[in-house]
Amino acid sequence: MGNVTGLRCLGCGADYQQAPIYVCDECFGPLEVRYDYDAIASAVSRELIESRPRNLWRYRELLPIDGEPTIGPYSGCTPLVKADRLARELGVDELYIKDDSVNHPTFSYKDRVVSVAISKAIEFGFTTVSCASTGNLANSVSAHAARAGLDCYIFIPDNLEQGKVVGSSIYGPRTVAVRGNYDDVNRLCSEIADKYGWAFVNINLRPYYTEGAKTYGYEVVEQLGWRLPGHIVVPTAGGTILPKIAKSFDEMRTTGLVEGDTPKIYTAQAAGCAPVVRALHEESKTIVPVKPDTIAKSIAIGDPADGYDVLDVVRSSGGWGESATDEEIVDAIQQLARCEGIFTEPAGGVTLAATRKLIEQGRIAGDEPIVVSITGNGYKTLEAVTGALEEPRVIDARLRDFDNLFEGLHSNRDQEMVGAKAAAG
Amino acid sequence: MPVQVRIPTPLRRYTGGSEEVSAAGATVGSVVENLESQYTGIKERLCDDEGQVRRFVNIYVNGDDIRFLNSLDTELKDGDEVSIVPAIAGG
Repeated sequence: MGNVTGLRCLGCGADYQQAPIYVCDECFGPLEVRYDYDAIASAVSRELIESRPRNLWRYRELLPIDGEPTIGPYSGCTPLVKADRLARELGVDELYIKDDSVNHPTFSYKDRVVSVAISKAIEFGFTTVSCASTGNLANSVSAHAARAGLDCYIFIPDNLEQGKVVGSSIYGPRTVAVRGNYDDVNRLCSEIADKYGWAFVNINLRPYYTEGAKTYGYEVVEQLGWRLPGHIVVPTAGGTILPKIAKSFDEMRTTGLVEGDTPKIYTAQAAGCAPVVRALHEESKTIVPVKPDTIAKSIAIGDPADGYDVLDVVRSSGGWGESATDEEIVDAIQQLARCEGIFTEPAGGVTLAATRKLIEQGRIAGDEPIVVSITGNGYKTLEAVTGALEEPRVIDARLRDFDNLFEGLHSNRDQEMVGAKAAAG
Repeated sequence: MPVQVRIPTPLRRYTGGSEEVSAAGATVGSVVENLESQYTGIKERLCDDEGQVRRFVNIYVNGDDIRFLNSLDTELKDGDEVSIVPAIAGG
């Protein structure tokens, strides 16, 4: 098997043979995997895909490996949750949460890209895997490397949430915390990747790594009953997943798996790190990098490598972008939990908060299917919401104590209702 | 005034395989010109037709992105370290 025909530069269009290379020699542009879509179209069908095990490799013809997949047999195929209570609050008809907060094994969308990247690393013959990460990627690389028996080095900023740090260390990688932000880690790692010859999943394996993100989009379409959504809102950090979701929709149409109009695609960023949204709002051709300042650390990338790709895709789809402040992020995290029983990390709060604004602005039509992309899990970032939540009420183990508490809670609520009625009257 | 310039893999075909080279110049822009005089063709890889740093090329002085400094006009002093780094994916 293997339908890859080579790599092509997204910047200048130069072509390359398959190899662990990641930038164009001519213009430094990112390289993208190219496929033989005629061969894929004759090989795949809805029935074939549906007959396969529920993991991301059910779309294997559209993924850049040549042999059998070796990593990620339980990753992908996360729920597409029909979010009716949330839809009512937002005043829209049909709303879905694509919930990668429960991806296997490390609870973020990164389990998709890492499954593909490490499968490819093994094909290339690497024995050490590595990454630069804001946390989720490090968690996923560490876990998948452990199960594959590969050596693993993890590079993270020195200010990450404890859950993100422990969530890597438990799998036994060598973890290096770099003083600075993600962009500093990134710069160092690109130099380390050059020197040490390891498989850095998001550096020298980047063309293959990013392809794994397409499976998020394939699943949305399959789970909607082989239908394209009208709108999809996606968070942007480095800019990997949004263009790959667009690519997934294009490929499914090209290979005859689905028909219909291209969905409108929207980017969501934290207000404290919104270089792509700013370029959209200012109708600028240039993305000006920023120094991140946001609680949404998993998407705090001030210099998004694939930001231009995000801009192009959002603009050509007819979409838009919005950003969210820290307060709006915490509020949206709570809203998603309260309405749908899903606990997401701050990046998910960004995405929902941005979705709310886009609906209020009328940019997202309320009568077409909307997908909100939730890509990470709130149990890793408890610090973000702890201060905003009701503290547990402490009592002794006596029924009377609870009776008193309950009575107090009820009379408070009754008073609130009386007050609300008075205000309404 | 000499500074050290770290060269990424895609550009080492210009520097005879060297990872780090010495170059002279009072600003980043003049260092780029100096590199071109030593290694013909390298400037075209770093800058576009209008002389601006290409979209996918990042240049750092002592670890700071020159887009946060004074871009190609960023001044250099003896012993500064200049790094040329391709943009990479997120995480």
